Amino acid sequence: MLPIVFEWHWDVGHFVFMGLFYLALGIIGGGLALAFKATMQDLCSGKDPHEHGHH
Amino acid sequence: MDDSKFWPQGVTRCKPGAFIAWMVVCLGLLGWAGLSAFLCIFKGLNQTNMNDYFAFGVWIVVDLAIIALGAGAFFTGFMTYVLRRDELKNIINAAVIIGFICYSGAILMLGIDIGQPARGWFGFWHANVHSMLTEVMFCITTYLIVLIVEFIPLILENRQINKVPDLAFFAHHLHRIMIVFAATGTFLSFFHQGSLGGMFGVLYARPFAYRAGIVIWPWTFFLFILSAIASGPSFTTLIVMLTEKVSGRKLTTHKVKMLMGKISAYLLSFYLVLKIADTLYWANVTLPKMGVTFGDLYAGGPYGTYLVWLELGLFGVVPALLLLQRRVRESYGLMALAMVLNCCGAVMNRFVFTIQPLAIPVLPFEKFVGYLPSWQEWGISAGVIAYGLIVFSLAYRYLPVFPQEVELNKG
Repeated sequence: MLPIVFEWHWDVGHFVFMGLFYLALGIIGGGLALAFKATMQDLCSGKDPHEHGHH
Repeated sequence: MDDSKFWPQGVTRCKPGAFIAWMVVCLGLLGWAGLSAFLCIFKGLNQTNMNDYFAFGVWIVVDLAIIALGAGAFFTGFMTYVLRRDELKNIINAAVIIGFICYSGAILMLGIDIGQPARGWFGFWHANVHSMLTEVMFCITTYLIVLIVEFIPLILENRQINKVPDLAFFAHHLHRIMIVFAATGTFLSFFHQGSLGGMFGVLYARPFAYRAGIVIWPWTFFLFILSAIASGPSFTTLIVMLTEKVSGRKLTTHKVKMLMGKISAYLLSFYLVLKIADTLYWANVTLPKMGVTFGDLYAGGPYGTYLVWLELGLFGVVPALLLLQRRVRESYGLMALAMVLNCCGAVMNRFVFTIQPLAIPVLPFEKFVGYLPSWQEWGISAGVIAYGLIVFSLAYRYLPVFPQEVELNKG
């Protein structure tokens, strides 16, 4: 899973497989971070949380 | 005890007493699962009827089946957020909840199946990147994270929780970027559905499962994806219909259900054309090359050719022909029947690929063998269903799952 684990090899298989895995995790984490940041900004600006309407 | 202040705005639900009685029934099933899980972990997998022949049993059948049926979440999400089919927004919440239940239930069940759940991390840490199962493991767990992220805004929209400004804002902003999660989920789900099929297709020592393919992917890789996205929307719609019947309330318009039926119809038809072609090629080319005939594989044991007719005929061609007709989709009952048959086909396909290859002798001294699960195996399987019933019942009672419910039940 990480280069520190003994069976890790710097080969195409590991690059593609682990690269896509970390990309997916990065997108999920990045999306959550964006939503969290926007929430903080809205809270600080004193907006009404229900002005966005029902989803 | 009055919990109506937690219900979504403008709807009614059954009395708390009736709801609690229903929960007690589900908890009873969970108790059976708890006892079974305790025995399997405390005493070991000798509590099951799996053996040296059947390393896979009913748990893997149920696992693969619910993961296929849960594909309604990723495919409906893809259609709603990426392809912008706005009418599906009326059913996407239900699809996400069902997907969450299916995937989390499957992972809980796998925790017991691996025998030592405390060592479950091993497959992640020491990943074999050439294994189809490793891809399945990584994709399923990562997709479950996506499903949790998709489920969170719905939970935060509970009438009382939504009064907290921080949480209301967070739910809103998660909604705004849902397309990112939907696209990621589609990518992950596409590959693990495929790898579940690929896992069987590469078993060259098991002629029943082995298939030719393209590059590193056997045809089963693509067929499993297709059968999952054909049956997933049907399963989601069936659960909504069942909830309508139990609650006595309309939850989505029939037009939305018909659209889901139409999606299933086209995908199922496309899948069947390829599946039948694959079966013919396998029977006439692949098997003879391996020194066996189609008849050899059904010549003994409890798993006869009737399974082929059931899977491809009654649970394949019949629901496809039914769902393709607008008249059938317009009928609530007939569409439900066709969708049940479609879902049975996906379950049957997973059963056939999981159990049958292991039952057929591949060495000269072997015989056809059969398998029936022990009560502990049934217990864990029933527990996953009970878990699903509990989560969906709670979600329906307290969360605004169906945007059209208030309007459809006016007066």
